[in-house]
Amino acid sequence: MSQINTTVNTSDDLGRSILHMRSTRGERVGSFFIHLFVLLFALACLIPFVMVIVVSFTEEKAITLNGYSLFTTHWSTAAYKMMFGKNSAVPRSYGVTTLATVAGTFIATLITFGAGYTLANKQCRYRNGLSLYFYFTMVFSAGLVPWYMVSKAIGAYDNIWALIIPSLMFSPFNMFLVRNFVNGIPEALNESARIDGAGEMRIAFQIYLPLCKPVLATIVLFYAIGYWNNYFNAVMLITDRKMYPLQMLLFQIQSEITAMSKLMSGAERANPPKEAFKMATSVVTMGPIILLYPFLQKYFVKGMVIGAVKG
Amino acid sequence: MQKTGTLTPVKKGRVNPLREIWDKKFLYLLALPAVLYTFIYGYMTLPYIAIAFEKFNYKTGIRSPFVGLDNFTSFFKSSWAWAVTRNTLVINFLFLIFGTFFAILIALLLNEIRNKPFLKLTQSAMLFPFFISWVIVSYMLQGLLGTANGMINRLIESLGGARINFYSTPSYWYPILLILNIWKNAGYNSIIYLAAITGIDESIYEAAAIDGATRFKRIIYVTLPLLIPTISVLTLMSIGRIFYGDFGMMYAIVRDNASIMPIAEVIDTYVFRTFKNTGNPSLTMAIGLYQSIVGFILVYTSNRIVRRYYPDGALF
Repeated sequence: MSQINTTVNTSDDLGRSILHMRSTRGERVGSFFIHLFVLLFALACLIPFVMVIVVSFTEEKAITLNGYSLFTTHWSTAAYKMMFGKNSAVPRSYGVTTLATVAGTFIATLITFGAGYTLANKQCRYRNGLSLYFYFTMVFSAGLVPWYMVSKAIGAYDNIWALIIPSLMFSPFNMFLVRNFVNGIPEALNESARIDGAGEMRIAFQIYLPLCKPVLATIVLFYAIGYWNNYFNAVMLITDRKMYPLQMLLFQIQSEITAMSKLMSGAERANPPKEAFKMATSVVTMGPIILLYPFLQKYFVKGMVIGAVKG
Repeated sequence: MQKTGTLTPVKKGRVNPLREIWDKKFLYLLALPAVLYTFIYGYMTLPYIAIAFEKFNYKTGIRSPFVGLDNFTSFFKSSWAWAVTRNTLVINFLFLIFGTFFAILIALLLNEIRNKPFLKLTQSAMLFPFFISWVIVSYMLQGLLGTANGMINRLIESLGGARINFYSTPSYWYPILLILNIWKNAGYNSIIYLAAITGIDESIYEAAAIDGATRFKRIIYVTLPLLIPTISVLTLMSIGRIFYGDFGMMYAIVRDNASIMPIAEVIDTYVFRTFKNTGNPSLTMAIGLYQSIVGFILVYTSNRIVRRYYPDGALF
């Protein structure tokens, strides 16, 4: 202790130097195990993905012989050829999912921004009443049957709208995120814009929208992931296989493979790449998520933190 | 801060609602799509609740013959009523307790890591499963546990053991579901705890260090107590949702596997299956209403508690 007192003057420095003091043997051992545990958990999170990718490139015979594995010596692209072949439904489903995701995310973000902005606006006299109006649907839901009947009644059945509108197109949670974010912007900005003669639409879309970029990026990704990974709407509202989104096709892949192998010829027909096809379809389904991963990570982390701290 | 006068000050007292909306029509117009959407999917669904008390007929729709509580009686008489309630509660409690534990553990461990590249890489890896759909996860699980080709069964076999038929043995499934839940969500859920830990004033740690607290003791006596508000809010919110199963997860993983259904069928999947198999909207609506009412009481109560004791944690 006396040694520290001679070299460090302020109590602040003392504390800091104590925090970063040379660690004891016990602490070094502890630190080793911390790193080990974290590394093992991280590996456990990644290994199944390695398995999926490896198996998707493995010859079917080798899978039957050796089972699912992290290594192979029998590489093959047969599953991918089959997936992009003329009898495959995968490209079409990819299009369906992409359309639903892009259109849905765009509409959803616009709707959510509009409502969040209005709820944060002090000019809006009924903002508390409106919040309550939205809040009620967050705590009470009438369940599956009314949801199904309403969807059918508005025509969201067996078409692209069934994949865009029900459940996914607006989330009050995201709206409250926007509201809290806008609440954090000084009101004086709104006032000065008003004094300068800007109309409400102009203030919302030309002044506030650009300022809301961080929170909008977050909700865009929330919605996009929601659309991309959704299969429930298809399970409930799609009967036409041509309208199957990717996740639904993947969910029903067994029957898809059976249907495809009937259209195959000769040797391929005898032993179609079933397991590899399943994994290859999983790989292309994960593709955009892997590509966008740096953004996803950044903005989901932000969203989690914005959501946790009330503005 | 001095409040500057607004150009159109919001007057106190009553105003004509139509006048208010007309004056700020563009502002209300911005909220209109969300209001309409919420009306359709939130409020227009309410009249359909009547179906639960009727013998539904597609011709007569909502105005089908009234049968009182018949639909409820037939649900509560079946052995599934108790089974799905218990399964939903047990599975959610397991997820809540172990999920919270692992999320906090990971946050605490990540907080101890000083090597930035290592931290970044491992954290990115841990978050990744969160973004992957349950359908894909279900195929990964089959790849691991499958009886014929599963990696784990092949490993057991190569070590001289006998293959385990996971997909027909119910007793394995609570641990499996729990591991899946932790694997998929713990990394993501740890973010919020990590943010809370990062927000703790460093001078508290310095004071503790001066008083002779080791790193471990600083975690136990400083970090954990200061995390209690965050833990409480998140736990209360989860308790509020305890009556709702994760349909996306459970249906993708369990599917129509009758041998694990007795322990893994939750209310949500049961409602769906009843609708699909019996095609009886009245019975399905009755089961759904049971879930909605109990669920509402739990969600509402937990939200009230959070608002009362941790006003910063409540979203509304």
